[in-house]
Amino acid sequence: MIYLKLIWAYIKIGIFGFGGGYAMLSLVEHSVVDPGWITETTFTDIVAISQMTPGPIGINSATYIGFVAPGHVDPTHFAGPLWGILGSILCTLAVVLPSYLLVLYSAHFIRRHSESGVIKGIFSGLRPVVVGLIASAAILLMNNANFNPRGISSDLYTNIAICVAAFLLVYFKLPLPGGKKIKLHPILVIILAGVAGLLIYGH
Amino acid sequence: MNSNPAPDTQASSGSLTLRLFLAFMKIGAFTFGGGWAMISIIEREIVDKNHWIERREFLDLLALAQSLPGILAVNIAVAVGDKLRGGKGSAVAALGTILPSFIIILLIAIFLTPDVIKHNRVVAAIFMGIRPAVVALIIAPVITSAKAAKLTLKTIWIPVIVALMVSINIGFVSSPILYIVLGGVGGWLYFEWSSRRLQQKKGGEL
Repeated sequence: MIYLKLIWAYIKIGIFGFGGGYAMLSLVEHSVVDPGWITETTFTDIVAISQMTPGPIGINSATYIGFVAPGHVDPTHFAGPLWGILGSILCTLAVVLPSYLLVLYSAHFIRRHSESGVIKGIFSGLRPVVVGLIASAAILLMNNANFNPRGISSDLYTNIAICVAAFLLVYFKLPLPGGKKIKLHPILVIILAGVAGLLIYGH
Repeated sequence: MNSNPAPDTQASSGSLTLRLFLAFMKIGAFTFGGGWAMISIIEREIVDKNHWIERREFLDLLALAQSLPGILAVNIAVAVGDKLRGGKGSAVAALGTILPSFIIILLIAIFLTPDVIKHNRVVAAIFMGIRPAVVALIIAPVITSAKAAKLTLKTIWIPVIVALMVSINIGFVSSPILYIVLGGVGGWLYFEWSSRRLQQKKGGEL
């Protein structure tokens, strides 16, 4: 039963999703792409859509994957928007439920022991792991589906150029004529990349 | 945890619940891309505008929300809602945070299906340009989070090993959950070991 599997997957994501949006992505990717519920390409599109729309990435991906997965896995039984909406609601609630309960019941405990060395030690061990998880999310998406879907080498070079340019625009401050420097908003960079895609591939 | 509301808010508990819901709906609606950008919006709404909690307490809640798994904005919503209105407040605040993105994504999912993305020429071209940029947007926080974690030569191997193991993608040894557990246990053991060594040193001096 795909719905039970989705709920279980998102409860797990809610429990082990430390470190927020990007660190959570590699976990989401492992949980929903590996069983074949959605394709790698759809996953990348969800990340892009999450970037362009408001709201936490964890919620966005749960809502979108919950909608798409049932029809993708079992089109004979679960095709159509109503089954998708059911999946959306279940996945979104499932991803929120663990932290909802954890915050309610452990808020007191952790606040009282926030100076404890054990708690501090645990989090000092978690931090470098979270860095590695974000890196693996990036590495996993460096594939042909995202960089060379048509198998043309000129596409590959163009897409690497788009990736490098997007990184430079997001990470470094852009000097303006007036001597001011601004950092481009990630949403703007995605829109620019979309325009570039339309100009390069849209004929 | 039962809330202990101030006298002036007690008279209109219904409207406080509603205001809580609306404030967090605003936070959910204007949080783009996640991460640290949303924190200033939450602080503005909760501390500056509505004076629901003190700034120092907000920082405590933030540290707590960050330490726990799950979605940061939702964790903060639950903690603040619980403090102001108990169980009802936490449910209302969490729902408010979730609702805007839920509705927007649902509409997108209904109208922008993978089939549309694949077969519509214009949409397909746009997404072909967007995908490599998304990869870049994930590389950037690798560097910023590495800086925030204050990695040294002694700890830099941890993210490198984790990234390699998770991205080779071979079953159990590539599971992110494994490394989260190992990281937490490792940090705890390291603390025990280093505090014991400190005690031994002190003992030797005496």
